Amino acid sequence: MNTLIAIGVLAVLVLIAEIINLRKLVIPMTIVGLLGILGYTVCHIDVEVSYYNNMFITKKFSNAFTSLFIALTIFLVALSKDFYQTQFSKIADYISLKLFLLMGAICMVCFGNMAMFFLGLEILSITLYILCGSDRTNIKSNEAAMKYFLLGSFASGIVLFGIALVYGATSSFDIAEIITITSQGTLPIWYSLGVVMIIVGMLFKIAAVPFHFWAPDVYQGAPTLTTAMMSTLVKVAAVATLYKLSFHLLRQMPEGYTTAIVVITILTMSVGNIIALRQDDMKRLLAYSGISHAGFMMMALTALSTSASNLFYYAAAYAVAGIGAFTVVLAVTKGKDNQLIQQFSGLGKRSPIMALVLSVSLLSMGGIPIFAGFFGKFFLFSQAVDNGFITLVIFGVINSFISIYYYLKVIVTMYTQNEVTEETQITVPLSYKVVGIAAVLINIIIGLCPSILLGLFK
Amino acid sequence: MENVIEIIGIEKYIYLSIILFCIGVLGILYRRNAIVMFMCIEIMLNSANMLLVAFSTFHQDAEGQVFVFFTMAVAAAEVAVGLAILVTIYRNIGSIDIDKLKNLKG
Repeated sequence: MNTLIAIGVLAVLVLIAEIINLRKLVIPMTIVGLLGILGYTVCHIDVEVSYYNNMFITKKFSNAFTSLFIALTIFLVALSKDFYQTQFSKIADYISLKLFLLMGAICMVCFGNMAMFFLGLEILSITLYILCGSDRTNIKSNEAAMKYFLLGSFASGIVLFGIALVYGATSSFDIAEIITITSQGTLPIWYSLGVVMIIVGMLFKIAAVPFHFWAPDVYQGAPTLTTAMMSTLVKVAAVATLYKLSFHLLRQMPEGYTTAIVVITILTMSVGNIIALRQDDMKRLLAYSGISHAGFMMMALTALSTSASNLFYYAAAYAVAGIGAFTVVLAVTKGKDNQLIQQFSGLGKRSPIMALVLSVSLLSMGGIPIFAGFFGKFFLFSQAVDNGFITLVIFGVINSFISIYYYLKVIVTMYTQNEVTEETQITVPLSYKVVGIAAVLINIIIGLCPSILLGLFK
Repeated sequence: MENVIEIIGIEKYIYLSIILFCIGVLGILYRRNAIVMFMCIEIMLNSANMLLVAFSTFHQDAEGQVFVFFTMAVAAAEVAVGLAILVTIYRNIGSIDIDKLKNLKG
């Protein structure tokens, strides 16, 4: 709770700094503040308390994810300075929106009451609609914002209807009470219907396959930094919330649910990867690869009681790799109006550091050993094998191979074509270099000692 | 005092909410005017509100009605943002027809 309040105060301070004309201080202040809050959260990771009549519950699971969100926000804020260079007068708005989005994400993983969950979801979505459309004169950004708004509010409507039905069946919004009521006696049919609607709404948010069609368009059209936020912070927050909801609500569900989840997981992994093969736009490629990664993360839903640490590890590995990849996309496509893969050609000569960052990030996403992505996949697969989901693992392995193909395509483009002309010369700002190298280092460190993250749940 | 829900029956409220919800969903899927789509989203949210209020009376529990206030506030904020997005689109292309937004393809 203190974490949430501190972030709220920080966001208001950012807005005040705008009023008293201290815009230059906004980013350093936010980064220092967030680092302090991150330290506080990590130190109190074992504290399990509930606040305000179980509205807000901190547990190891939610504390760990809160820390991950804060760390990701630090990276995204650090990238903001150079990204919003041309709109520096609005910097305080963008930073405070990012902080409010972080608050929404934290409410989503720490909820103890359906009201808190819904509010968190909406805080996250509404700030994201604004950030998507923040490039006002660009019609692509407008279109992305509109599409995301329509689909996002559609999903929120479904979630809300689901919450109403669950309330009707259990006469409570409190998760603990809902669990007690569902464990004793039979429930009206509304309960299952409501839970299915909540889950479907969340599947929209994580872009799982029957509900994924909005993601590539929105990712492509939104400003690149917002895309980075969507594909790392928001996706991880939505998956964690889906996991927590399933953990609490799906205990009394019939066998058919597991089958449905397995089918959706396989579809999400395969469709995302197969469509990604023929993309030539980097942001769309990362969008489809994000869809398939959502599928991998959904594997954790097949073993709800044991997979929290594996999910956290995979989410952290994916998000860090995503930050690295998007940092390079930001650096390379600065001032260009498309993000075609050809723009990355010869990057190995033009900027060796950025090429290295992108290679490591993509290889980690593909699951090459020593990088964190490999162990993330390994833990999820081995846990699925232990629980007897062999088909799921076979599809997972096949998909890992497919994904390596298109990641390697980008890497090959970077290192083979080497005409360096005046036009293609790029200057990479210091902040991008720092963030990129930090992301690579974190990736390798958690890849070499996975126990750092897995130990948090022991 | 006799409960109005007992006279009418909770099922009828549920059916009405589901019908309203489906009207909202179909409207979003079939209409192409952005304003009408916004109205359909409102219908979806309000059908859920009505269901919450009906269940709240059914269970004799005030929590559901409090939740409705949250939902209304959230819906208002959402539509405010949506209309702002719509205004920026209108400034750029001079139309609010969703079918004219076809710049993003892969």
